[in-house]
Formats: sequence, C-alpha cells, structure tokens
Amino acid sequence: MSRQTSRLDAKKVNSELLTLTYGALVSQMLKETENVEDVNKQLERIGYNMGVRLIEDFLARTTSNRCLEMRETADKIQQAFKLYLSMQPTVTSWSSSGDEFSLVWDQCPLSEWVEMPNNGLKYCALIPGAIRGALQMVQLDVQCWFVQDQLKGDAVTELRVKYIKRLEDAVPAGED
Amino acid sequence: MADDILFELLHSEIINYSLEQSKDNKEKKDMDLSVVEYIGFAAGYKIMERLTREWPRFKDELDTMKFICTDFWTCIYKKQIDNLRTNHQGVYVLQDNAFRFLTNFSNGHQYLEYAPRDIGIKMDSDGSKNLNHNIRSIAAYSIIKEIQELLGTLTLR
Repeated sequence: MSRQTSRLDAKKVNSELLTLTYGALVSQMLKETENVEDVNKQLERIGYNMGVRLIEDFLARTTSNRCLEMRETADKIQQAFKLYLSMQPTVTSWSSSGDEFSLVWDQCPLSEWVEMPNNGLKYCALIPGAIRGALQMVQLDVQCWFVQDQLKGDAVTELRVKYIKRLEDAVPAGED
Repeated sequence: MADDILFELLHSEIINYSLEQSKDNKEKKDMDLSVVEYIGFAAGYKIMERLTREWPRFKDELDTMKFICTDFWTCIYKKQIDNLRTNHQGVYVLQDNAFRFLTNFSNGHQYLEYAPRDIGIKMDSDGSKNLNHNIRSIAAYSIIKEIQELLGTLTLR
C-alpha cells in the first residue's frame, strides 16, 4: 500500500502548526518567567510587532480605502479576522459615542487544544497586540483588552477596542 | 484556519524573542538557540502526533525520511526538497535551496552569520518528528552554509 502525496491538507497542517507553535511559545515563556503579567506583556508585544507588518499585507490584498469612522475600521478588522484566521467575530456593543466596540467570537484557531493554568494568563494576548500594531500603522491609536475569555470559562471571548486618538505624525512610537 | 503569513511573522517574532532572552551573553557570537529549538521541538512533536494518528506505522527509516521529504516538506515549506543524500548508515542530508524562512533574507553576505538562528526552529521540528516515531534520531544536525545563505543542509542521525 503506497502512501499518496496528497494525504496532507497543506492549509490545515500549516494552521495547526501555527497553533501548536504558538502554544509552545507561550509555555516556554511561562517556564522562563515567574511573572504572568510579564508573559502577557511579551505576548502583546509580539502581537504588536506582527500587526505592524501584517497591515501591509492586508492593505495589499484587500486594496482597502481609508476609513472615515470607527465603524468602517471595525468592518476592516472583522475582515482581517476572516482573512487571516478564518473566523468571523461579531462586532457589537458600540458605545454611544461610537468610539468603542466589542469583537465577540466563540472559536479561535489560536486557542484550540489549550488548557489554561489558573494564573491570570491572557493566552490570546497576541490578538489585541496585533490589532493595536496594525491600526497604529494607519495612524489610529487604540486600546484593546479582553472583557471575557472563553479559556477562562466565559461563554464567549469578547475583545474590547477603544479609539484613543488619531496619530498626526506618521512615525509611530517605537516599542522597545 | 490560519493564513500562512501569520506563521511566518510568528516565526520571526519567536527568533526575535529568543534573541532578547539571550542578550545577556552578548559577547558570544553564537547565540543561544535553545529556546527556538525547544519551541520547534514541541510543535513538531505535536503536529506529527496529529498528522500520523491514523496512519499505518512507518515501515523503516527510509519510509520516514520519504514522508519528511515529500509530504511534510511540501506542506510546511511549500516546495519539494531539492536533494536528499544518505550514507545508508542513518545519516541523511537534506538540502533545500530556497528554504521558506530564509528566502526573506537579502541576498548578500551581510547577514550571513545570523542565518543559523533562523533555521533552528525548523530543524527541530524535523528532529522531533523522528523521535515521535521511535527511530533513534535527532541527536545531531548541522547547518552547512555556502555562499548563498539559502542553502541549509541538515543531517539527521
């Protein structure tokens, strides 16, 4: 019985590899650092760095135009989630002033097969970091944080995004 | 399912992270790659567990190597391996002339010395893969670089 070359689904394998590599990274970080807050910060920064470069890919692929208000930005973020993680978060809970919203999802490739230690780890801190980094590259300063986290027993994962200001200067503040 | 570019970005961030972790011993040229290796190992081990769960056991070493060079390599590195040599005593030399994670390097000598850092992670995913199949393996791998940095050679023993 010979094995066929097409037995592996490349897309699926790569996606799983990402999940597992990320998992290995997080567990390695936890081993190295006692302080969970530090790990969260590190993950956020890794996400930030990725976001900074990811936005270019996003703009190239989608040929998006400039967003005029936060609602458009939210749509784009939603689109990016679909493009990069094949997931469809819902945009909800807009604040009355229209500068703050939530992204809600119940399934994420990153957090598959994850068992959480009970120590305040924000496993998916990569995602808010990436959003922050990407938006900073298009002169939007936002804040991103988790309100609910499935990995901590909530029914869904809710990520809150808050508009802070427009960055006038095109040079973003270096993060190091 | 996640897009490929995410993995590439994550990969370079992991390298970045491990460099930062080991920057205390800055004076040394050869960086401490154990973090990258560990991450590669753990991820490789687990992915193999998932991929081959329902497969018949590999018949022998050669069968395993064949799997690595064809199925696995095309999946992860997006191309066939360019050359596989063996001395029939358990040493395999895998050669890839355009390794996925190195093609982003500019084509010159300037960064040549940094290249090994980048390779570490994939090496280990290979190593662990073998381990997972109970073949005496991983023990050693080496990177032989030639003028073109995209040439990585790996020896599994």
